[in-house]
Amino acid sequence: MAAIVIEQVGMRFGGTVALDNVSLTVADGELVALLGPSGCGKTTLLRIIAGLQTETSGRVLIGGRDMKGMPPRRRGLAMVFQNYAVFPHMRVRDNVAFGLRMTGAAPDRIERQVARASALLHIEPLLDRYPAQLSGGQRQRVAVARALAVEPAVLLMDEPLSNLDALLRLEMRADLKTILQEAGTTTLYVTHDQTEAMGLADRIAVMSAGHVEQIAPPAEIYRHPASRFVAGFLGTPPMNFLPLPVTDGHVALGNLRLRAPGGAARVILGMRPEDLASTTELEGFPFIVQVTEPLGSHALLTGRAEDALLRVVMPPDLRAAPGSVLHLRPDLQRVSWFDATSGAALEQPS
Amino acid sequence: MTLRRALFLAGVATLCAWVLVPIYLIALGAIGGPETVNAWPKPFWPIAWSVSALSQFMNIAGVWMSVLYSVEAAALCMVIAIALGTPAGYALARYRFHGATAFRLFVLMTRAFPVAILALPLAVTFIHLGLYDSPIGVGLMHSVLAMPFAVLISASLFQAVPRELEEAAWIFGCSGPSAFFRVVLPVALPGITATAIFAFVISWNEVFAASVLTVRHKTLTAYLLTVLSESPLHTQFAGGFILIVPAVLFILLVRRQLFSMWGIASR
Repeated sequence: MAAIVIEQVGMRFGGTVALDNVSLTVADGELVALLGPSGCGKTTLLRIIAGLQTETSGRVLIGGRDMKGMPPRRRGLAMVFQNYAVFPHMRVRDNVAFGLRMTGAAPDRIERQVARASALLHIEPLLDRYPAQLSGGQRQRVAVARALAVEPAVLLMDEPLSNLDALLRLEMRADLKTILQEAGTTTLYVTHDQTEAMGLADRIAVMSAGHVEQIAPPAEIYRHPASRFVAGFLGTPPMNFLPLPVTDGHVALGNLRLRAPGGAARVILGMRPEDLASTTELEGFPFIVQVTEPLGSHALLTGRAEDALLRVVMPPDLRAAPGSVLHLRPDLQRVSWFDATSGAALEQPS
Repeated sequence: MTLRRALFLAGVATLCAWVLVPIYLIALGAIGGPETVNAWPKPFWPIAWSVSALSQFMNIAGVWMSVLYSVEAAALCMVIAIALGTPAGYALARYRFHGATAFRLFVLMTRAFPVAILALPLAVTFIHLGLYDSPIGVGLMHSVLAMPFAVLISASLFQAVPRELEEAAWIFGCSGPSAFFRVVLPVALPGITATAIFAFVISWNEVFAASVLTVRHKTLTAYLLTVLSESPLHTQFAGGFILIVPAVLFILLVRRQLFSMWGIASR
């Protein structure tokens, strides 16, 4: 058990900046998800912590120890790779025992911990097989068991579920949550899948273009995004954005006149698709329906308002013909405001 | 479509015939006895089955000694090619260094240099070093011929080992060398075995350098070249047959690895 402290870590490849002074702390026993689009630097950061790449500036501390110049094997960590990286020439049992054998652990301790890790991952029946005889999901379980068997101070996971098919991913995600909670290991989990991050993490660090945009618990990051980027990255369907001019401290939205946050001439109003409700003409703004998708649990409407594309979640029985006009009203407690130029979140006007 | 297919099949047939007909004729001459060898037109099946030519050939004085020399030279060639070639291949596969491309090319250039030009200075040097007329000298020479294959094939073998496997080994407690020996090498081992056998076959088949560099301790190919010119035809065929068989068997054994390592889908 140990905390990870990342201080002002920078990484350059030639002229390009992969990481721009990233600082981040993962508390002892906490699970933090690094979430971001591909190329945002999340995997680079993970590999720097693992010691597989060397940072150009800043430092990494694990359990209070400076990791500078420390080879991966001395860092007291374990890692789960995206493509599993299970050793193909070893039986599952030897794969799981690999890390312990390398530390020179006593045979009875190895046996005990291999049994424990494989029970946790439900792979006992597979212990005498070779990886080539396993499915993708089973291989991933072996990779996680191998990582947990060494009882690492820190567990790093690099998109561990992204090579699995959708149904298996859903199943594995729930299993992984139970397993990681039980193990209680400090975990840094890299993913580009927001549902994975929301479902698993204690806190999410959203990354974009080499820096951390926001670090917060899932509910807060969803409800109070720190920037337009974060707001747009989390949630399916994504948040709707309406750019609006501010006049006299207010914005006009159809027949609605809303108090705008101060300090910006143009603002962006962010509304989640589920936070819009149908209302009368006087109390809402017009929305021209283009497509209605009945999805069973709800209906997803796509259309236009204020010259912008809008998606709205409506009750499942709602049928709106293309071209028809609905009047919508946002839940004002739940809207977000952003500066139109910088994209930074603005204080909610009271 | 049918024309293309016909052309394709004709091409396949020509290539197969190119390789198989000589082997077939040699086999026919080797086990058909003198009648088959001298018959014209050639019968498809041997006129008389007989292993007498083969056994007669085996009884030629010095054949067994030359087989031994051949094996010695080929084994030495194999060991050197693997011991020096695989580390070079690993470096090419995993590290980016100045002159990597040039190195790749230069390794191949050793094959572009005609052995005939090298032969005399090499013989003189070997005489000075005391390596002349010994299977060790021949093996050394052959290892140079096998080296480019060992380097380039093992480079592509190591490239095919996912980098993550090596990284996983580092994370789970391995130093650089121990990750290589515990993970990378075992994963690449089937291919390296194939490369070793390939090096062995290169040495086994080589005749020119072996003839030039030896006088009394001749390898099988070189020995046959001198002995067979004075033998009857069917004995010559028997000698040729015995030379071909091990090479064909070895290549058959490693054919799958050779295909996959050269990027041709074999599955």
